Amino acid sequence: MNQTNARLITVGMAEWKHTKAPSCLRTCGLGSCVGIVLYEEQQKVAALAHIMLPDSSLARNKAIKRSKFADTAVEDMITYFIKSGCLKRRIKAKIAGGAQMFSVSTSHNVMKIGARNIVAVEAVLKQHSIPVIARDVGGHKGRTITFHVSSSDLHVKTLQQGEAVI
Amino acid sequence: MEESHDLHPFQLDILQEAGNIGAAHAATSLSKLLDRKIQMDVPFVRTVMLQEMEALVGGAETCVAAAFMKISGDAPGRMFLVFQQDEAKELAAYLTGKSLDYPILLMDEMGVSSLQELANILAGAYLSAIADFTSIWMQPSPPLLAIDMAGALLSEGIAELFQSSDAALVIDTVLNTTKGSKDITVAGKVFFVPEPGTFATICQALGDGLL
Repeated sequence: MNQTNARLITVGMAEWKHTKAPSCLRTCGLGSCVGIVLYEEQQKVAALAHIMLPDSSLARNKAIKRSKFADTAVEDMITYFIKSGCLKRRIKAKIAGGAQMFSVSTSHNVMKIGARNIVAVEAVLKQHSIPVIARDVGGHKGRTITFHVSSSDLHVKTLQQGEAVI
Repeated sequence: MEESHDLHPFQLDILQEAGNIGAAHAATSLSKLLDRKIQMDVPFVRTVMLQEMEALVGGAETCVAAAFMKISGDAPGRMFLVFQQDEAKELAAYLTGKSLDYPILLMDEMGVSSLQELANILAGAYLSAIADFTSIWMQPSPPLLAIDMAGALLSEGIAELFQSSDAALVIDTVLNTTKGSKDITVAGKVFFVPEPGTFATICQALGDGLL
């Protein structure tokens, strides 16, 4: 087995990282945040972003952390793919997260953030003509996701239902 | 330029003192409610970076029970009360007088509302103790409780503040009581995540000018 170079790369809140096969990318405890995997199957390159908010125009100050927002994180990941010699039209996406962890209450507008994140992620991917091959979004559960670059499988783990592969 | 979150040790001491007074008030309310002797202490108050919050409760994937409150008033922010799953279970069993012999993810409505009520009492007591010390007025929203991965729960509550605020206040809270002849000790963590400007307000009220 060619596992010698395989690494598990962990992506934190408001970060994005990239790798190549046979490594894996993981992010833990997605709630309202969305994990966006972009991958290119011919060159076996992948990137994973853990975004927290839908739109960088929401930032209060100008020096924003680009990987925190759906729009800027996706832009930066696409730039990386193009720089590493991938064709933009070959990039595909898998997404997970965007849950609502605390039950609704009119006094907590804050809490609709998961749904807003999903809408924003799908819109920005559509804008860049990147197809979403698989999604596991919404609901009321936390998710840990692991993307296997070799197989393009996204493993989604929840405390309630264990692990699924999408 | 990010806001400074450096509270002087002397200021943290005042907050811990306020915390202990708040905890004592909360324990008195709970003792009356349950007609049992309950003691609560705040052994430690400190600041942590927002990214470190989940590590303090066992890591992003750890199953915890968290009550979330939005804090409004002079020093607005978000507040969480977080318990590890076993402790949440023991606490809910103690508060409701029922034993929970099923997985914590299936906690019933009684258990959930008992933990929400505890969060409500505790937050109210802490905030009024801080008000007594500093004249800063703060008011908690009704708590929302959820049981799931720590990272998922905390990140949802702080999503909007992440980066514009970079630190949180941690108030370690320990509850001691007895059930029959058994001693019960439950340790929870209260996190206060300030909105931008809130740390400055608190610093100033705690005697910035003296330093």
